Amino acid sequence: MLILDRSTYDGIVAHAKRDHPDEACGIVAGPEGTDRAERLVEMVNAAGSPTFYEFDSADLLRLYRDLDDRDEEPVVIYHSHTATEAYPSRTDIGLANEPGAHYVLVSTREHGNNDGPVEFRSYRIVDGEVTEEDVTVVDSLPATTSPASPTSQGDPDDR
Amino acid sequence: MTVEVRIPTILRPYTGDRKSVEADGASLSALIDDLESNHPGIKERLVETKDGSVDLRRFVNVYVNDEDVRFLGGLDAPVSDGDQVVVLPAVAGG
Repeated sequence: MLILDRSTYDGIVAHAKRDHPDEACGIVAGPEGTDRAERLVEMVNAAGSPTFYEFDSADLLRLYRDLDDRDEEPVVIYHSHTATEAYPSRTDIGLANEPGAHYVLVSTREHGNNDGPVEFRSYRIVDGEVTEEDVTVVDSLPATTSPASPTSQGDPDDR
Repeated sequence: MTVEVRIPTILRPYTGDRKSVEADGASLSALIDDLESNHPGIKERLVETKDGSVDLRRFVNVYVNDEDVRFLGGLDAPVSDGDQVVVLPAVAGG
């Protein structure tokens, strides 16, 4: 299961709507080994295309150096589909190189740049095999010391 | 001469899970051959043969001292003692 806080979820959706009809892409970073999606990093789609996305090569290096310096990893890798369903394409599967990441797909095919619901789905992609998982949105991520709880309402002091 | 090569997660099965290994070679292609001799199978993940010529795979990025090797001559890119080479698979899809 993928747990996202509301502001990260909303940030990914807003990015996808803003870049429609081109595909939007980015990551959510978190401390290594924790599976906590804490820090949304929007990336530029260097392909600038409605059917393809690719992080710019220099941006990619900067991103991974930054993650290294912070002892973080890409917990989520997201991108949008702008004319098709929120399911990994054959290209997505072939190029999925982070077996530990949650691959999030957002489809903006229904409302484009406008308000309205989007399809928002998450997958594991390992060795070409796609497994869908639930997405749970919480007000804020559970405290680091307690186990992940999808019913957490967060501590008012952290808001 | 020794060059540090940073290995991405997806290729760590070839390096015994090490994030960084050392290799020798005056060019990127020599360096990759040296990597292959110590970590068999890794070369195939980095290069491909197309129309009879060997080139870096389209969706593998290699940097020498933070410069994408595509701007340094690709597999012919010169490498020298103390350089740092970083391998990162593209983050891309359709």
